[in-house]
Amino acid sequence: MIIRVKVNGRLYESDVEPRTLLAYYLREELKLTGTHIGCDTTSCGACTVLLDGKAVKSCTVLAVQANGREVLTVESLDQDGQLHPLQSAFWEEHALQCGYCTPGMLMASYALLQENPMPTEAEIREGLSGNICRCTGYVNIVKAVQSAARTMADKTREALGEVAASGTATD
Amino acid sequence: MALQQTELRPMGKSIGRKEDPRLIRGKGRYIDDIMLPNMLYMCVLRSPYAHARIRRIDASAALAAPGVKLVITGEDLAGMNLAWMPTMAGDTQMVLATGKVLFQYQEVAAVVAETRAQAEDALQLIEVDYEPLPVVVDPFKALEPDAPILREDKEKKSNHIFHWEAGDREQTEALFRDAPVIVKQDVRFPRVHPSPLEPCGCVADYNSATGRLTFYVTSQAPHAHRTVLAMVSGLPEHQIHVISPDVGGGFGNKVPVYPGYVCAIVASLKLGVPVKWIETRTENITSTNFARDYHMTAEIAAREDGRVLALRVKTVADHGAFDAAADPSKFPAGLFSIVTGSYDFRSAFVEVDGVYTNKAPGGVAYRCSFRVTEASYLIERVMDVLARRLQMDPAELRLRNFIRKDQFPYHSPTGWVYDSGDYEKTLNLALQRIGYAELRKEQAEKRARGEFMGIGISTFTEIVGAGPGHTFDIMGIKMFDSAQIRVHPTGKVIARLGVRHQGQGHETTFAQIIAEELGLSADDVLIEEGDTDTAPYGLGTYASRSTPTAGGAAALCGRRIREKARKIAAHLLEVGEDDVIWDGLAFTVKGLPGRSVSMKDVAFAAYTNVPEGMEPGLEATYYYDPPNLTFPNGAYIAVVDIDKGTGAVKVRRFMAVDDCGNVINPMIVEGQVHGGLTEGFAIAFMQDIPYDADGNCLAPNWMDYLVPTSLDTPHWETDRTVTPSPHHPIGAKGVGESPNVGSPAAFVNAVVDALSPLGVEHIDMPIFPWKVWSILREHGIDE
Repeated sequence: MIIRVKVNGRLYESDVEPRTLLAYYLREELKLTGTHIGCDTTSCGACTVLLDGKAVKSCTVLAVQANGREVLTVESLDQDGQLHPLQSAFWEEHALQCGYCTPGMLMASYALLQENPMPTEAEIREGLSGNICRCTGYVNIVKAVQSAARTMADKTREALGEVAASGTATD
Repeated sequence: MALQQTELRPMGKSIGRKEDPRLIRGKGRYIDDIMLPNMLYMCVLRSPYAHARIRRIDASAALAAPGVKLVITGEDLAGMNLAWMPTMAGDTQMVLATGKVLFQYQEVAAVVAETRAQAEDALQLIEVDYEPLPVVVDPFKALEPDAPILREDKEKKSNHIFHWEAGDREQTEALFRDAPVIVKQDVRFPRVHPSPLEPCGCVADYNSATGRLTFYVTSQAPHAHRTVLAMVSGLPEHQIHVISPDVGGGFGNKVPVYPGYVCAIVASLKLGVPVKWIETRTENITSTNFARDYHMTAEIAAREDGRVLALRVKTVADHGAFDAAADPSKFPAGLFSIVTGSYDFRSAFVEVDGVYTNKAPGGVAYRCSFRVTEASYLIERVMDVLARRLQMDPAELRLRNFIRKDQFPYHSPTGWVYDSGDYEKTLNLALQRIGYAELRKEQAEKRARGEFMGIGISTFTEIVGAGPGHTFDIMGIKMFDSAQIRVHPTGKVIARLGVRHQGQGHETTFAQIIAEELGLSADDVLIEEGDTDTAPYGLGTYASRSTPTAGGAAALCGRRIREKARKIAAHLLEVGEDDVIWDGLAFTVKGLPGRSVSMKDVAFAAYTNVPEGMEPGLEATYYYDPPNLTFPNGAYIAVVDIDKGTGAVKVRRFMAVDDCGNVINPMIVEGQVHGGLTEGFAIAFMQDIPYDADGNCLAPNWMDYLVPTSLDTPHWETDRTVTPSPHHPIGAKGVGESPNVGSPAAFVNAVVDALSPLGVEHIDMPIFPWKVWSILREHGIDE
């Protein structure tokens, strides 16, 4: 079956078996191996990507369900060699060890901060409860998300401030 | 924190990890990311029965299925003398079942096809005619005289594998005869599974033109795997190139050689193209090595003032269908004989009997040194039983019995020599940091109100760094480790080590060690591991051995480079070698601090301007065989509250004070502690792999075998004391498994403490809410 999917801003047209899972499509067809697979039961979240802006476990979505939609994977986060604030925060706060869960954690955190730009610790723990990490003990992941939230808020404020200062702000 | 650190003297600093930039960009290269041209895919057919004779296998339909290139059965392997392989414990294990199957999910056949899906489809078409046999899942029943004999290949008359003992039986018995106080407790450490997030897998790539096998595998010990594969396959060792790429967690699970690896190699040999096999999660849990499954009974003989005298331990160890335990050759029950822990017992006697059952084979040292976790849990549990018997505070009982700091090096009654420690200081720091006295006061008030709050202490000593070659070997290979350092002309360094990290941060910490020894920045040092063609021979990363062994090798290799560098420096400074001193950053002339040359100056000269007669270049290799193991220790305190309505246990606080000797990177040490505590928490409260009477595995995936999420996991508090290892080149001891070893007892002690007003003395792990709920109900507590 032919599908057309926009992945990380680029349009792909592929002929896939209807049973192909999105995770395998991304990894094996598009060679985007940042999205990992850790379980068979939608338990671990290592394969989390964004589908039309919503975090999904791509091992539980068929590639054909992504037809005509937009997917973001971990490979989309850094832009022009610049790390996304979440990536920097994960590095700075030592929020990863083996790194296998990290792409899924980053994408789940990204989705969380889109919905709730300044989450509490409890909200972060809730928001990431579908993503298993076997190395870190989560404390540093929570810290990283909090830190990224602050950085992103500062950036937003800065941007708004600049806009206001340039006198082109509109309501 | 500076992520790129350029400062000199990096030891002891929390510098950001060098491995992270690729991992946070999704550019890690794990085993399933390896995709080679013409690669085929293999899947494994597994037994639905725990014990059954195989009457017939018909693979003809599978062979005719779309995309299928090969089907392998045990009979095919037997023709190549590969139906059985040696295990690390000196047993043999079926690669693919021949004659009968011995555990559910045992490997029966392998299918190779063009795609993963085609291989899976074809599995369904293989017809296997099984004749079910009586199943034995209980190790005690397996030892009964009328139990069915499982290992007919061994020509054994029972399911007993080994009897192993340590310590002094007579002296221990004598002390028990005269002791005023004796306590006894049965304790089970459940069958748990390391479950790294990345399952096991491999890509075998045999090149028939060169005769060379390139074998990509999720391996914690690539060199050892190369040697074992050479032994098993008959391929010459220099024609086997093992590459362990980024490893998504190991925890002991990626130490053994699994049947899937052998089948993938056979398939590539037969087909002449690369063959990939990646486990599913279910395959990982049900067939790769589990851990623990120890049924233990401990008795302590003590004086009435709480001073312990002797310890007596009997254990039945369920090893499953094949004794595939990853243990050093001389230790069938691993290092379980550290069971006297942190206490100065006059005598001890420990016995372990290994048993075959119809369960998955194993086990591995899951984030511990060869059964230290079981030992530590047992002694810490039973010390609490003793405290309760004597109505003594458990902290006070421990303080009274600790090996004192002036007793090191301490000779334990079971034959270990502990290198250093100050246990009193470590426990006192933990007590103070958590506010122990106030917590006990709060507990008394809560008890008076009928609330259940508990405080659990665990003070443990670990035994890590396997090991000195005089005592430790795996399959005869002595357990040293290695480093090779090459300093390039511009002063940039590439260093290769015989270990293989799985998230422990070696690319950073070993760079710190080497940079410190060479007076460079850690940015100048690139660490490579996991490629047997380039790295020197080493025994791999597990049992917290990397820093004690390869860390020692790295430091000593750096010093070997410095020896040559000093000669070159003397030449550059135009003084005698004896007049050159190393000040930590540069070579200077004695008495003339202004006259110096840096390692970078020396490095350039090593390739451009060496003293006459000297071999150019600046590199060294060091194989470090440590004189002894190292003995990290710690004091952990858990505070729990129990919900009377549901039996749920809430871990309100957890304070971990670790002493792992000198610390290379505090941030990484703290991260390791957080991770290990989380795994210890999971073992205490969530994890067991149960089997029903027919040998069906009841927790074959992560919906039934629970791994903790961010919602389950408590917040961790950590602190540190430092007693350097006196014999280690940088005074380090290793830390990765301490929190997993030490924490289960703290959690269980806390829950038992909370329920002690009801007369509870022990609860076996995992402490599911229903267990606590049932105890509360038995005592009429209903809310």
